Amino acid sequence: MLSLATAAALAGCASADTTTPSASKQSAFKPAAQKAGSQITVWADSTRLPSVQAYQKSHPDVKMKIVTYDGGADGSTYLQSKVQLFDRTGSGWPDVVFGNPTDVTWASEATKPGAQPFAAPLDEKLVPQSTLDGFAKGSLTPCQFNGHTYCMRNDIAQVLLWYNKSLMDKWGYKVPATWQEYEALGKKVAKEHPGYLVGSVGDTNSHESYFWSGQCPAFNLVKPDTLRTDLADPKCTRMATLLDNLISAKAIATQGFFSQGFAKNSGSKVLMAYGPSWYGQYLFKAGFKTPAKQIAAAPPLTWQGESTAATGNVGGGVWMVSSHSANLKASTDLATWLTTSDENQATAPTYPAYTQAAKTWLANPANKDYFANDVSGPFEQAANEVWTGWSNTRFSDATAWSSVVLPALTAGKSLTSTLPAWQQEIANEAKSQGYKVVDQ
Amino acid sequence: MTLLETERVTVSPVRRGTTPRRTGRGLAGYLFVAGYAVLLLAFGVFPTGYSFYLALTNDRGQFTGLNQFVKVIQDYRFAPAFTHMLIYLVMWLVTLVVLVVLTAVILRSRVRPGTSALFRFLYYIPGALAGVASVLVWLFMLDPDVSPVSRLLTAMGFKTFAAVLAPGNLPLILMLIAFWTGAGGWMVVMYGALNNIPDEVIEAARMDGAGPWRTAWHIQIPMIRQWIVYMTIMAFATGTQLFVEPQLLQTASLGRVSPTWSPNQLAYVYAFQQGDFNGAAAIAVVLLAVGLLAAGLLVARSNLFKLDEK
Repeated sequence: MLSLATAAALAGCASADTTTPSASKQSAFKPAAQKAGSQITVWADSTRLPSVQAYQKSHPDVKMKIVTYDGGADGSTYLQSKVQLFDRTGSGWPDVVFGNPTDVTWASEATKPGAQPFAAPLDEKLVPQSTLDGFAKGSLTPCQFNGHTYCMRNDIAQVLLWYNKSLMDKWGYKVPATWQEYEALGKKVAKEHPGYLVGSVGDTNSHESYFWSGQCPAFNLVKPDTLRTDLADPKCTRMATLLDNLISAKAIATQGFFSQGFAKNSGSKVLMAYGPSWYGQYLFKAGFKTPAKQIAAAPPLTWQGESTAATGNVGGGVWMVSSHSANLKASTDLATWLTTSDENQATAPTYPAYTQAAKTWLANPANKDYFANDVSGPFEQAANEVWTGWSNTRFSDATAWSSVVLPALTAGKSLTSTLPAWQQEIANEAKSQGYKVVDQ
Repeated sequence: MTLLETERVTVSPVRRGTTPRRTGRGLAGYLFVAGYAVLLLAFGVFPTGYSFYLALTNDRGQFTGLNQFVKVIQDYRFAPAFTHMLIYLVMWLVTLVVLVVLTAVILRSRVRPGTSALFRFLYYIPGALAGVASVLVWLFMLDPDVSPVSRLLTAMGFKTFAAVLAPGNLPLILMLIAFWTGAGGWMVVMYGALNNIPDEVIEAARMDGAGPWRTAWHIQIPMIRQWIVYMTIMAFATGTQLFVEPQLLQTASLGRVSPTWSPNQLAYVYAFQQGDFNGAAAIAVVLLAVGLLAAGLLVARSNLFKLDEK
């Protein structure tokens, strides 16, 4: 291989590397020619479709074309693929899109030399600074690149402790407040009530619930182009050890909560689950069909003797406006309404990132009726504790976990022994995406 | 049997040798092939040329020599993807050739014509399903929670879908899907090829004391050798293009299957996630080279296109 490379270099050939985004000059945002009242195209996932339809209903004068797509669920790169192609053909971009934070990493950069980044910088005379200031602390971090804000966060998916209050009360268990208590209770449950579970590590996003919460430096961008991934860090290994102990005690499942057949076979055996705020409605209510007034939420766990509370985040969508839109006014208005208005967010399916809207959301009985305790406190506390050391990168953090770690766990290997392979895969992915990788 | 008679006449070398080829008679012939030729140029030859251009340049349009190839070959996903493809190809080609030929021979010589026709029809049915649909069928078959053969899966130690989709099982699973959809059609083709063997030849073999297996091994299989080679080339080509099956398994397994399992998937990731169309083109050219090389070897070794062999 080396000789080939040398031969090509001697022949005076240009480098095969794609133009790195940081190398290409970010030109100032130039809006397309505006056409007042022109139709805007909106891409939303099926969960947010009703919100967009509600806007259309209350704003009948806005001409809209609504398209449903997968919204980047499960690491799908549909939006990215399409925008790559639109950038090549020079037309076809949607005006407003729902996406996930990973999408902003590429949408804030040009996909090829000379192309304009897909996402419009909203802080440039599109959305007032006062509106942007109204989002929960740190919730716009995934939107911010090169000093600009490229998206508005729709919802936060702060991780906290879910538990079945009815069962905990019945068996006389105390809700754990620290990871040590969680581990001890898990082992006790395994002994006293075999078959019952205190969590699962088998989903595509379980690492965000556990390792992000544990402040493990797996995806830590120390500089925009330098990724620190160090899974030998004590913060990673102690979480891996804790999970390994609970896995071998059969208190934590290696089969995912969302995997085929789990709800039917084990859904009623979930005593606790460490996961995002949307677990309540989407996992327990819709997935496991647990009756109302059984499930309760508790604040994120801490490590005994440590004062810093930290938690993870599993998803949480964003709305972006296309920089190619011919009707930026209508597009921005829609994105603002979707993310910040009480009218929309009070009944939103997930916890709003806009602070005022979150208060309205929590005041809406329909969002809390199902639970056995008042989830407002744990929700608000967790929303402010999301650890910022887990960065969004140009590649999904789920790929390495799902394709390397999960098959190993299914084959009976321990998490601790899989950490080096996981780190290797993250480093490989990062390098292929043009990042410099450090492990210290 | 009339069909058999005519076929024998058309392939007869005597007639081919004596009838002069008719040349230069009007435009009709050209017009007939023109439609196909235009489509072939637009959607076959031009894209191939374009991918060669892309593979030899970078995204600024500068000439890069072999650097794109060096880059993709050094990619950490390149070797695993090609290894997966190779294991799959070996399993799939061996199974295909052995089982298809064996089944066709048995259907031709050991089964009554009526029953044989029924079996050929049954074998062919899965082939009528599109690739995607057949993968969906297998997703159900392989999930112990919903599979009609879940007892068999559980008995083999597979309690969950995730366990079935362990990385080591994937070539076997993909081979099963490919065989299930593809083999039926080839059995019909092989049966037709066996029909082409004159009855007198088989009769003569029997007179000389050859049993059914000796007849198959020494008479029938050598006489349909070119068909077997043709099948191998076609199956090799579709095998290297493996994309839909692992891509669907990747989605259905919620990411447990690597998104760059096969070379074609790697090319897809290069083009549509990394936005590196040049790298994707380089992988495509490598695949084209592999396919052409294998086909060339098989054609040369088997005299596939030599008509007047005998």
